[in-house]
Amino acid sequence: MPGVRDKVAIIGMGCTKFDEHWDKDVKDLVVEACYEAFEDAGVEPKDIQAAWWSSVISGLLGRSLAYPLKLNYLPISRVENRCASGHDAFINACYAVACGAFDLVLVCGAEKLKDVGLAIPGIIDPGEPYTSRVKPVFPPPAAFAQLAIRYFHHYGIPIDEGKRTLAKIAVKNHYNGSLNPKAQFQRRITVEDALKAPIIAYPLGLYDCCGITDGAAAAIITRADLAKNYRDDYVLVKGVGMSCGMYQAEIQDDWSMTYIEENVRASRMAYKEAGIENPRKQLDLAIVHDCFTITELVIYEDFGFSPRGKAKEDVDAGTFELKGELPVNTDGGLKCFGHPIGASGLRMIYEAYKQLQGKAGPRQVEIRNQLALTHTLGGTPVDSNTAAIAILGLRGA
Amino acid sequence: MVGITSYGAYIPKWRLSLEAFSRGKGEKAVAGRDEDSLTMGVAAALDCLNGMDRNSVDAVFFASTTSPFKEKSVSATIATVLDLRRDVLTADFANSLRAGTTALKVAIDMVKAGSARNVLVVAADCRLAAPGTVLEQTFGDGAAALLVGGNGTIAEIGGYHTVFDEIYDVWRRDVDLYVQVWEDRFVYTRGYLRVMREATSKLMEEAGVNPQGLTKAVFYTPDVRRVVELAKGLGLDPKAQLQDPLIGTVGNTGTAHALMLFVAALEEANPGDKLIMASYGNGCDAFLFEVGEAVAKLRGQRRAVKAHLQSKRMVPDYVTYLRWRELVKMPEPRVPMAVSYPSAVAIWRERNRIFPLHGVKCQVCGTIQYPPQRVCVKCGSKDSFEEVRLYDRRGKLFSYSYDFLRGTPIGLVNLEGGGRIFCELTDVDVKELKVDMPVELSFRRLDLWRSDGIYGYFWKAIPVRA
Repeated sequence: MPGVRDKVAIIGMGCTKFDEHWDKDVKDLVVEACYEAFEDAGVEPKDIQAAWWSSVISGLLGRSLAYPLKLNYLPISRVENRCASGHDAFINACYAVACGAFDLVLVCGAEKLKDVGLAIPGIIDPGEPYTSRVKPVFPPPAAFAQLAIRYFHHYGIPIDEGKRTLAKIAVKNHYNGSLNPKAQFQRRITVEDALKAPIIAYPLGLYDCCGITDGAAAAIITRADLAKNYRDDYVLVKGVGMSCGMYQAEIQDDWSMTYIEENVRASRMAYKEAGIENPRKQLDLAIVHDCFTITELVIYEDFGFSPRGKAKEDVDAGTFELKGELPVNTDGGLKCFGHPIGASGLRMIYEAYKQLQGKAGPRQVEIRNQLALTHTLGGTPVDSNTAAIAILGLRGA
Repeated sequence: MVGITSYGAYIPKWRLSLEAFSRGKGEKAVAGRDEDSLTMGVAAALDCLNGMDRNSVDAVFFASTTSPFKEKSVSATIATVLDLRRDVLTADFANSLRAGTTALKVAIDMVKAGSARNVLVVAADCRLAAPGTVLEQTFGDGAAALLVGGNGTIAEIGGYHTVFDEIYDVWRRDVDLYVQVWEDRFVYTRGYLRVMREATSKLMEEAGVNPQGLTKAVFYTPDVRRVVELAKGLGLDPKAQLQDPLIGTVGNTGTAHALMLFVAALEEANPGDKLIMASYGNGCDAFLFEVGEAVAKLRGQRRAVKAHLQSKRMVPDYVTYLRWRELVKMPEPRVPMAVSYPSAVAIWRERNRIFPLHGVKCQVCGTIQYPPQRVCVKCGSKDSFEEVRLYDRRGKLFSYSYDFLRGTPIGLVNLEGGGRIFCELTDVDVKELKVDMPVELSFRRLDLWRSDGIYGYFWKAIPVRA
């Protein structure tokens, strides 16, 4: 498989502040993110040849980009793959550019969750595989909470002790968020704050759960050989990976549910393309799908950052902190940057892009190998997921 | 030798303290928020058919004044859940608290006539009395089931007498939410006492038994004082001969009540015992049964009344009960958990997966899978499955959680002998939840946000009831 490695470059990105945008609608957010990206790339809307739109509930058609931006009768695809929608849109745009179908395309993801009325984006129902509605209905926290129950049970970790490990992940992401003016939550917390917080879905408490947020993010990508016409510090796509599960957790009675196989598969696909053999050593940073702290803990192991069952030791050692061996979620993650679902994948790419360019301000990490991983995960561990990954790098990487 | 060949009952786990809302003493059984007469009827039917040959059941009758449907057969749903043959006769008996015993009479006559080998009679009720009324103190929720047949009877029918009676004493119009009742003195002197006495004394006379020859009298009981008065009037010793009417523990379970008390009597009965059983509702159906040797074989094999009585949990408060019955209007949730509507087409298509909880077993690798698959999750074989019924299996809780918004626990359950079910957990205190907790499956009504006129039913996991 030839793949997309070094064939596609990001030349501009934009991202709104992620927030409760009571005074803005999704069109406002799209305009803000896309115009920041146009300006960053030094292009104009009329230069764009095609676009990909990522949204779960905030616009079902490609016209959701055409209308606010007045994109002139362009081909625009809408991509929806739950929380992985942003990455999916980005990856599909990369395929289109890599195969030579287009030279300059826009990818935008946006979500307006706070208009829904209650702090749960529960109105999104994938509707499959049951259309009879005769099935348990549950919001995401109660699904990921079961991952924590199984992980702790499997490794013999008492729940109180496990929650302390999770709290450290929340403290880290809150610290990183405090350095990010675009993050929804910019307040630092302590381990005790996290442990004292009310339960959202047992055993997960308030600080184990990501924000529910409005926001948009956008990328402008072009063929790698054209990128230097726009800027010198363009960022290359080094590898992409994606994997969809088959409902094993729900239907297979020997499925352990202590990890997420889709994460393993998607990461190995992306590592192979990017030529990564030791992700913990080779990656400069990773922006991963911390919808819940337990998800981030399991991701450390799924992605090979930590051996199975050993993520706790790395958390205790500060491995994934801003100054640690492999900083994870340098921008605050979903926990603090927020999680406007369709925008999140592109927000992660935004952070990786800025970090690789050395423009991350007070949260800038050391760029040694010029490689950054971004990842989103759609679905839940009690049924099935879509994991999507994009690994980005600078020219030398 | 026509008579009862098996019995079963269901009493919900939930009890409401009468002190919580009245000057009454004791408690009553109330259906959980996800229970109704259909689900309770299913539970009683399953108790009754435990270990019995389902292939020789030729008819299923369901009796209730509180069917969840005014037009849709509950007996057909019960027969579907039970996985019975397609040519089983199903019928719903309704509109009278006598409906259960009337169904029993029809069952006995069908077996006598040879038009059915075994008939399952299920009765359930979940009646509403206006909050704060005396009636509310006596009403309870529950179900009973009897299997009628000609072989292996545990109690043989020895006599029957019926009377009908036109009277407005206790009734509910098509537009009424609550049961209505006329003045006490009239209701008992001209209704209950007169009609019960008439039918039962006539039965004893016809059967040639005197009150001293009866082991137990099992009477539908709207009020303890009145049933004692009835027994005394018939020459019975209420202390020794009257079956405990379960008022103050379960309550008057309406259509199911006489049958449920009869089940309780059979649990204690010895060969040779003579039992009289009578129900009331615009008349009276009275039966005489003689208990046979086979009664011993079911002892300890049924949850029936005794075991269900002991397995209980208190409803936290009266408001909770009112909310369960939707007697207080709550604001609609602003955000639905699902915007899609239940589809009658999909429920029909998936009926085997939903009602008798059929999963599939791969004929190549043996893996049991739920919901049914076309391609095996384990070995990839296509369309080489056999259907297997999964609800009879107990299981262990594999994982669980509950969210603070809905408070509904959910989890994955690994079943004995294979298979995993993702389901809601009910009748459980979330503090009890732990990995590997023993659970069983119970048929319940789903809380659909937008039902589109449909009640969804599905299996949920409950802690194994003792």
